[in-house]
Amino acid sequence: WGGAAGDSGGGNDIQWCFSQVKGAVDDDVAEADIISTVEFNHSGELLATGDKGGRVVIFQQEQENKTQSHSRGEYNVYSTFQSHEPEFDYLKSLEIEEKINKIRWLPQKNAAQFLLSTNDKTIKLWKISERDKRPEGYNLKEEDGRYRDPTTVTTLRVPVFRPMDLMVEASPRRIFANAHTYHINSISINSDYETYLSADDLRINLWHLEITDRSFNIVDIKPANMEELTEVITAAEFHPNSCNTFVYSSSKGTIRLCDMRASALCDRHSKLFEEPEDPSNRSFFSEIISSISDVKFSHSGRYMMTRDYLSVKIWDLNMENRPVETYQVHEYLRSKLCSLYENDCIFDKFECCWNGSDSIVMTGSYNNFFRMFDRNTKRDITLEASRENNKPRTVLKPRKVCASGKRKKDEISVDSLDFNKKILHTAWHPKENIIAVATTNNLYIFQDKMN
Amino acid sequence: MAAALGTGGRGQEAGQEKQAMQHKDPIAPERAEELKLKAKYPNLAQKPGGSDFLMKRLQKGYFDSGDYNMAKAKMKNKQLPSAGPDKNLVTGDHIPTPQDLPQRKSSLVTSKLAGTHGQV
Repeated sequence: WGGAAGDSGGGNDIQWCFSQVKGAVDDDVAEADIISTVEFNHSGELLATGDKGGRVVIFQQEQENKTQSHSRGEYNVYSTFQSHEPEFDYLKSLEIEEKINKIRWLPQKNAAQFLLSTNDKTIKLWKISERDKRPEGYNLKEEDGRYRDPTTVTTLRVPVFRPMDLMVEASPRRIFANAHTYHINSISINSDYETYLSADDLRINLWHLEITDRSFNIVDIKPANMEELTEVITAAEFHPNSCNTFVYSSSKGTIRLCDMRASALCDRHSKLFEEPEDPSNRSFFSEIISSISDVKFSHSGRYMMTRDYLSVKIWDLNMENRPVETYQVHEYLRSKLCSLYENDCIFDKFECCWNGSDSIVMTGSYNNFFRMFDRNTKRDITLEASRENNKPRTVLKPRKVCASGKRKKDEISVDSLDFNKKILHTAWHPKENIIAVATTNNLYIFQDKMN
Repeated sequence: MAAALGTGGRGQEAGQEKQAMQHKDPIAPERAEELKLKAKYPNLAQKPGGSDFLMKRLQKGYFDSGDYNMAKAKMKNKQLPSAGPDKNLVTGDHIPTPQDLPQRKSSLVTSKLAGTHGQV
């Protein structure tokens, strides 16, 4: 890992360097600027972010410069648009936030790019297309668009396309609305590239990308009597290869795998993944910290990863009774749960992600720290997203939190951690060692040191 | 502005707890935290995962103008009770004021991520 971690780095250890940071420098963060989702597209050329103000910003990687072999292309703004607006449901007296909960890219089929973005209630399919030519030489119109007086037209010409400055346009192609009573937490595109699912706290719906006036309910865990409600759906995802399979996680720490071929309503799971609890360890906090905030299939489709408050777990789809790997993200917080409950941090929803080869997993923590776990070497590293580490090509220094006792030099004590600086959203380029890490209102891009 | 870990009474509690721990078997950290919480909030409901808790989660940004106006009329000179630390009660007495609700103005400004200030 190329740091002070003690181990002499193996040949395959990644040395992470700062590459870019996007966003305002000032500490006074406007609510709208809070980043709420980050996602690379399938090639990694595009990187999308969504924020609390309902806006989407897409960055595009520059083509590699042959002379600059020491770094890969930079990400620059490609397109930005207002995806969702705040709404008010007058019937229920409910605010509908414009915050973008998730963005998912469609694989590219033609020159245009497509993505799905969702807030709490409405999913939208956006088309992002480039325009680099425009027609000129109309007979009946001036260049500025005004109509010419027909009596002044004495000759005819054929309009031609001439190059123009690249313009990137985003237009909403489909609006999938009115299918969710509760708040949408996930969207996931099926491997058939024709359908997708959307999940809220109690229900999961299946849509066809072309059809907006109909959606099929495939999971419904709403009890007949709401007093009997004991768990909610926290995340859902389609299997990357099997178009009939999806999983959803719950606030009680369970994951259910469902097969859509079994029945129209997948209320009965095909598999239930749950780690047995040690009853002697049970406390008031047990259920809260077991709530799964994110679930992600590996690229291979053989494993899935879940994130709960303190750990990341890797599950083999063939083994339901316990995870095959468990990684502690910030175990030192277990003795701070009382305070974390009081300041609501215990309800923070961290996401997690795989690298392209499924050998490393990454997730965020507090104090703008983020963690990576190498599944092969079993080594882990803590890094920090901070403007103080701004020098490109300088390897990031690993961080260490001191749980108790004597604090060594360069360590930070648990009580000094800033719990307002949380990294909830991270993304890993599908093919390269390039990662995007979102702090509250800034987006950091790190790359591994080449050569 | 760092979020405090509630250092207020912790010093004293830590001292008392340390004494207790010296005389008993060591308590699991989670349990110790639970005792701390119950000491601060004796009215805390037993089951945190209960339906009240989840119901509150399902309801976001709820504003009832009827409730609001009635509460305003009832408590002309009193302060409206703010959401207490007891998180297991559904909104109950806490009547949201317009200040409590998030601003509904849509963002007309371009995202700062797309701007040039502060970019590297």
